[in-house]
Amino acid sequence: MSNVISEIKKDYIYNLLLKGERMDGRTFDQYREISIERDVIRKAEGSALVKLGSSQVLVGVKMQPGEPFQDSPNRGVIITNAELVPLASPSFEPGPPSEMGIELARVVDRGVRESKAVDLDALCIVPGKQVWIIFIDVHILDDCGNILDAASLGAIAALLSTKVPASRFGLGEDYILPIRDIPVATTAIEFNDVLMFDPEVDEEAIANTRLTVITTVDGKICGMQKSGTGMLKPEQVYRIIDIACEKAKEIREKFLEA
Amino acid sequence: MIDMDESDISFFKDGLRLDGRRADELRPVKIKVGVLARADGSCYIEMGGNKVIAAVYGPREVHPRHLQEVTRAIVRYRYNMASFSVEERKRPGPDRRSYELSKVSREALEPVILTSFFPRSVIDVFVEVLQADAGTRTAGINAAAVALADAGIPMKSMISACAAGKVADTIVLDPMKEEDNYGQADLPVAMTPGGDITLMQMDGGLTPDEFHRAVEMAMKGAREIYEMQRAALVSKYNQMTETRPEGGACL
Repeated sequence: MSNVISEIKKDYIYNLLLKGERMDGRTFDQYREISIERDVIRKAEGSALVKLGSSQVLVGVKMQPGEPFQDSPNRGVIITNAELVPLASPSFEPGPPSEMGIELARVVDRGVRESKAVDLDALCIVPGKQVWIIFIDVHILDDCGNILDAASLGAIAALLSTKVPASRFGLGEDYILPIRDIPVATTAIEFNDVLMFDPEVDEEAIANTRLTVITTVDGKICGMQKSGTGMLKPEQVYRIIDIACEKAKEIREKFLEA
Repeated sequence: MIDMDESDISFFKDGLRLDGRRADELRPVKIKVGVLARADGSCYIEMGGNKVIAAVYGPREVHPRHLQEVTRAIVRYRYNMASFSVEERKRPGPDRRSYELSKVSREALEPVILTSFFPRSVIDVFVEVLQADAGTRTAGINAAAVALADAGIPMKSMISACAAGKVADTIVLDPMKEEDNYGQADLPVAMTPGGDITLMQMDGGLTPDEFHRAVEMAMKGAREIYEMQRAALVSKYNQMTETRPEGGACL
């Protein structure tokens, strides 16, 4: 939300919004075109290139054996990281991860973790000593808005195509990473009591409230994040959730449950 | 949320929780205003086993200067956990969790701060978690909101925060550590007394219906906390006889 936008464009978006329209002709709850290409990086255990309108996000999954956490000695580990590299937007800067990048990574992680999409118990190699560590690395390539939804989609798509590289570490045959749920994140911004889903970058710039809702296959909510310096009424939250559940279902059925 | 065989733990006994609370009951809350002498505003809060202290400095000059905004004050919020505040020693300094919590907490308070009164300046909010027992971010926001008021920062309203959770398929208010660790969902909410939500996060698993009930419960808790924040502020300014607060000795 740190993008600069001219006052005239702001007015334009606002006036359209009053007429119930958006710049690219979408309805308020309509997503831009989505495409997901899997296995784009051969060196990665799993990968996905997600295009959400013009936004592009590449997610790579790498796996390696490592030590478990002390409080979960028999469970695999998921580590999610996001890089907002400066090639993706004039407002991204090189250097240590920004607050925005950290939040993005943690919300993507929340979806994967809380939906229990990955069976971490199945990733134990030697109890208490060695487990599989899954690194989910999100690379934002082009930020044209709503990179959070794109990144979440990319993460689960990449996990769905992940092969556990057991043979490389002398741990038997490679096998497909078992996935038990398909979390989908849907994000809406609120502006003047209008709720806009899948905001593009200029729409993000006019709104100061955003709510992300992550839902699972059985229609439960497994994660949420409000972001930005605005306020939401409970009724608005409920409305977002209703639409989010519906949209997530559509996206899941169309792109992930193949 | 740690996965566990939930049958291992019984969260309810005779309809009451592990610490004897009803499902919709808050833990004991203690709020003390103006506990630090150097800060412009400060607040110490205890919510159950949480002990959190917040300080506000400013409006003051922004360093580094390039962060200045010409039309308004910027707000900075630093959530920090003491290394001894948790069971297993926490490595000192910020980690990714605290960066995220600092961001959402700042965004929970910023909507009510009249930042346009103080262009080119900064309002710094520092929150130190001295003892943690689930719900540190909400305790921090509650303390910070009171500290802002104590510092005389103009605000549109107070902000009060409270979490609701789900344990053993029951929606509960203000989960404590055991309920948070082995529970099924956690939903922290911050809001104005008018019911405008400024912070909302969730993890775990809730059906839309459970979510409704949890939000309503968290909002009920926040309303109760609002009354306590108000009472704490009123009592400080009622009994203020000295010009300087005594400082220290908040624990």
